[in-house]
Amino acid sequence: MVVPSLKLQDLIEEIRGAKTQAQEREVIQKECAHIRASFRDGDPVHRHRQLAKLLYVHMLGYPAHFGQMECLKLIASSRFTDKRVGYLGAMLLLDERHDAHLLITNSIKNDLSQGIQPVQGLALCTLSTMGSAEMCRDLAPEVEKLLLQPSPYVRKKAILTAVHMIRKVPELSSVFLPPCAQLLHERHHGILLGTITLITELCERSPAALRHFRKVQILRLLRILGRNHEESSETMNDLLAQVATNTDTSRNAGNAVLFETVLTIMDIRSAAGLRVLAVNILGRFLLNSDRNIRYVALTSLLRLVQSDHSAVQRHRPTVVECLRETDASLSRRALELSLALVNSSNVRAMMQELQAFLESCPPDLRADCASGILLAAERFAPTKRWHIDTILHVLTTAGTHVRDDAVANLTQLIGGAQELHAYSVRRLYNALAEDISQQPLVQVAAWCIGEYGDLLLAGNCEEIEPLQVDEEEVLALLEKVLQSHMSLPATRGYALTALMKLSTRLCGDNNRIRQVVSIYGSCLDVELQQRAVEYDTLFRKYDHMRAAILEKMPLVERDGPQADEEAKESKEAAQLSEAAPVPTEPQASQLLDLLDLLDGASGDVQHPPPLDPSPGGALIHLLDLPCVPPPPAPIPDLKVFEREGVQLNLSFIRPPENPALLLITVTATNFSEGDVTHFICQAAVPKAPLRLKLRLTYDHFHQSVQEIFEVNNLPVESWQ
Amino acid sequence: MPAGFPPHSTTASLPQHSDRGFPFAAAAAAAAGQAPPRPRPAAAMQFMLLFSRQGKLRLQKWYVPLSDKEKKKITRELVQTVLARKPKMCSFLEWRDLKIVYKRYASLYFCCAIEDQDNELITLEIIHRYVELLDKYFGSVCELDIIFNFEKAYFILDEFLLGGEVQETSKKNVLKAIEQADLLQEEAETPRSVLEEIGLT
Repeated sequence: MVVPSLKLQDLIEEIRGAKTQAQEREVIQKECAHIRASFRDGDPVHRHRQLAKLLYVHMLGYPAHFGQMECLKLIASSRFTDKRVGYLGAMLLLDERHDAHLLITNSIKNDLSQGIQPVQGLALCTLSTMGSAEMCRDLAPEVEKLLLQPSPYVRKKAILTAVHMIRKVPELSSVFLPPCAQLLHERHHGILLGTITLITELCERSPAALRHFRKVQILRLLRILGRNHEESSETMNDLLAQVATNTDTSRNAGNAVLFETVLTIMDIRSAAGLRVLAVNILGRFLLNSDRNIRYVALTSLLRLVQSDHSAVQRHRPTVVECLRETDASLSRRALELSLALVNSSNVRAMMQELQAFLESCPPDLRADCASGILLAAERFAPTKRWHIDTILHVLTTAGTHVRDDAVANLTQLIGGAQELHAYSVRRLYNALAEDISQQPLVQVAAWCIGEYGDLLLAGNCEEIEPLQVDEEEVLALLEKVLQSHMSLPATRGYALTALMKLSTRLCGDNNRIRQVVSIYGSCLDVELQQRAVEYDTLFRKYDHMRAAILEKMPLVERDGPQADEEAKESKEAAQLSEAAPVPTEPQASQLLDLLDLLDGASGDVQHPPPLDPSPGGALIHLLDLPCVPPPPAPIPDLKVFEREGVQLNLSFIRPPENPALLLITVTATNFSEGDVTHFICQAAVPKAPLRLKLRLTYDHFHQSVQEIFEVNNLPVESWQ
Repeated sequence: MPAGFPPHSTTASLPQHSDRGFPFAAAAAAAAGQAPPRPRPAAAMQFMLLFSRQGKLRLQKWYVPLSDKEKKKITRELVQTVLARKPKMCSFLEWRDLKIVYKRYASLYFCCAIEDQDNELITLEIIHRYVELLDKYFGSVCELDIIFNFEKAYFILDEFLLGGEVQETSKKNVLKAIEQADLLQEEAETPRSVLEEIGLT
């Protein structure tokens, strides 16, 4: 007995009547059970209705795979109703991943060759929607036959089906190329449209097809024809200009045509005048109240900005206006376009706009905007001070979004602009005092304050309002950075080193700094701890070297290796002297033989501090600074040795904290062109009177050199 | 080789310009007077979705082969993205590697995915034309018409677009074709012999 099944509309009503998701599910599962049973029973009369219901629930997201075979049965039926639903089902439920899909090939073949147009239409539609490559190969001959049939209804569908087939199986181009010429002469709009699409597709895939279609003057096709072909492009110029000027743009359809014209002009080798026309059309689009039009204009202008730069420049003010768009996809495009339009003559004005944009732009555009501004500034900065100001502004506004190398770039920039040191350090100090949360800014500021703290305290800088800053304030600020939970470990490193540097820049006593340094000696962060311990040791044991070690950084070549703001870690590129560095020997081996110099006197000789003969003194392992002689001591230097360009100098310091101590530094310099190797310098100092006995051995100009000599003429001031 | 979907990332928001690096690079890469080499297009239109403001799907036409799972995923994500758009925003957005053109008519969103080189403004026209056709057929169409007669909505679409391309620009012709098919269907459903009815022939 046949149970009357629900009509489609009744099922839909029932589903929509369900109050909850669970209820809906129940209704649907119940109905699906009925449908399954009905399929099993093989009821032909209501099959189409059952499938239709299944397709409805499928759209709601429920499984419908058990309907696939029913689609095949319905398609094979002779009733039109069945075929209609069956083919619809095939398009929705079958796809080329299922082997089942091949089973409809036969039905489609039959339907294509029988004469009822709506049926042929259904078959062609299905083929062009879900036809796999195999199906296309199998059915190409049938479709080809239909191309030249009398009925325009069928032909236009066959043409577009051919388009699909070529996309799936490019080799079929050869099948569908020949009929095209004739099809072009058809009057029927639908056929022409389809034919153009077909020709477009053919030409895109094979340049050989182009030969046939030079004379056709229709927009989309023109784009392809004109590409890389002078002659066609020329013929098109006038046509395109005409279309562009005569199109009525009061409706979107008109704008669509105009836009297509622009796209065509952009793609073919058009005359310069035509390209300017295209740019101007886009410029007008930018002023259109419809934001869709503005969107396509911005996108297209972006494509043209490199090739037709000056033409696009003329629309710069309008582009900049678009930065204020509320729609993020428009403002993003406006940003990209604006950045592309920056050049040396408009950089100041543009940067102003872009910086204003940076302050208010949506967060996901911040990073791109910041990078863009920084890059443009680097390329087009009119003055160094402007450049520094710009970077500073970006760091304060969008500090967290800048790329990692921004810090390095800025410090390098500042370091290289000696005349702006005072200005920079003041501005950075002010910025830091206001906000210590933006890490890149804090890092640069800390570095600057460390380096140029003396300039900061000096008071006057003509470019900024005078600001009295006292030492305690500066130290307090750096300590605040050091202690803040917002500071990254790297930032705290900067701050600590800056404090340390200030110990030589400031005039007051260094107790406060020493305290901080010693506290951080037990910091949990290993990096900070190490620095602090080293700095502390510097205070306690190597105080005489502190000034030299913490000297101001020399100016670095812009293109040289990145100068690390941390003097401690930098390997400097700039060398102040012409000296070729002399490789050092480990110090330990030098101690023992000294006894020989002292006329064989034995006993331990402790040398505080060890005299390191390498140029630059004991500094090589800590700093790798170039040969910078220690600040001139009141005691004059003494040259004690010279031979073939190798020179030895002595310099003397009495550290202020310990005047009983005399520190003698031996500096060996090689002025010659030959390398000095295996250099060993040994010194002995008898107790009284003050004199030095020195022994040198080294290789120079392929010779072994050994020299022993005494230095008696130590300056008077060095005597106790 | 089956034309397939380009590989997509998982973010469903603004254009992936970050993939092409920095804006300068993106602009330079976009064109230099010559069109860049174009990949073989899968279809002009990749798919069309109709859905309500609550995100319920009312029609789905796919012109590219995808598994059911992929279709569901795309639908879910795209519906979310479009529904999140504010009313004043433009009708175009970039999503994964596709351009999406959408427009809201009363309680229904019409959403199309097109290829990179396609003209967005024309697609808007296509959507509008489809709505006009539905309107003419149903007489002042509303969402309920499409819900209760979803197969008809598909049939009408299939007379307007084929394989993702426009097949007929004349409204009249499209509607005439539907009329004819409807007639054929009616004839097919006229009372048959009793024997047929009970499945004996």
